[in-house]
Amino acid sequence: MDAEIIIFICIAIGLLACTLGVAGILRFPDVYTRLHAETKLTTFGSIFLCLGIIAYVLSQYLAGGDAQYIVLGLHTLLALIALAFTNAIGAHAISRAAYRAGIKPEGVVDRLSEVEQK
Amino acid sequence: MMDLIIQGLILIGLLLSAGMIWYFRDLLSAAISFGVFSFLLSLEFLILQAPDVAIAEAAIGAGLTTAIFILAIRATEKDPEADAE
Amino acid sequence: MIDPWQTALSVLFILILLVMIRLFKGPTAPDRVVALDAINTFTVCAILIFGVAFQETVYVDVAIVYAVLSFVGTLYLAKLVGRDI
Repeated sequence: MDAEIIIFICIAIGLLACTLGVAGILRFPDVYTRLHAETKLTTFGSIFLCLGIIAYVLSQYLAGGDAQYIVLGLHTLLALIALAFTNAIGAHAISRAAYRAGIKPEGVVDRLSEVEQK
Repeated sequence: MMDLIIQGLILIGLLLSAGMIWYFRDLLSAAISFGVFSFLLSLEFLILQAPDVAIAEAAIGAGLTTAIFILAIRATEKDPEADAE
Repeated sequence: MIDPWQTALSVLFILILLVMIRLFKGPTAPDRVVALDAINTFTVCAILIFGVAFQETVYVDVAIVYAVLSFVGTLYLAKLVGRDI
């Protein structure tokens, strides 16, 4: 019973973070702010969803399941690591490409253009 | 009941992304919409319990087709009438 | 007692449909690439939850392949948008 409460809490936190990320994508005014909200909150949400999956797998294994549950948990962990790394690198590439394409951020200090003018 | 809801949501997403491919005049936007279409198609294959077809769709649709489309779009010129989209 | 996995899947697909609004509206190409990236992440999460709900290890392997290949697609799109190739 305790394991089910942990699973529900992890999934609820993950879905809440994903929903906030989508709200950021829909509401923010600029490419860079949208990218910020999307990358941080969807990575956070996917980490908590995977923690919910791993908690479920561990509870099933400790309740007398076979070794297939351990394989499932390990592969979920591997997918989570791949997802976290590729999200961060992809966000960096997208923001660099948007700056190279000539889209300037609105209403903030643009230090990079000051550095590039020197 | 829940399975029908999930499958219906995926099919609505497939229709919307296919409509976007038809609607966009900009080639890059159409290529991005095609990426979304192939993701949702792979999810539909997974729901129909065919993981080998889904893994082929992931390799071909997500990686290879996007790269080839982009190499082709690079050799074209931008349509001046497509600036609105 | 509701099933947590199917509820999570339904919420994820509704979120994918909401992100497609930004894919349709986005004024520039990087906005659409941001929407594609969000749909990538939600798709990988959905495949992982499918794997647990159906008790199949093969589905989780599909998710690993998917995460790496969608990264290649995103990098190609970023290279084209930033005029590096």
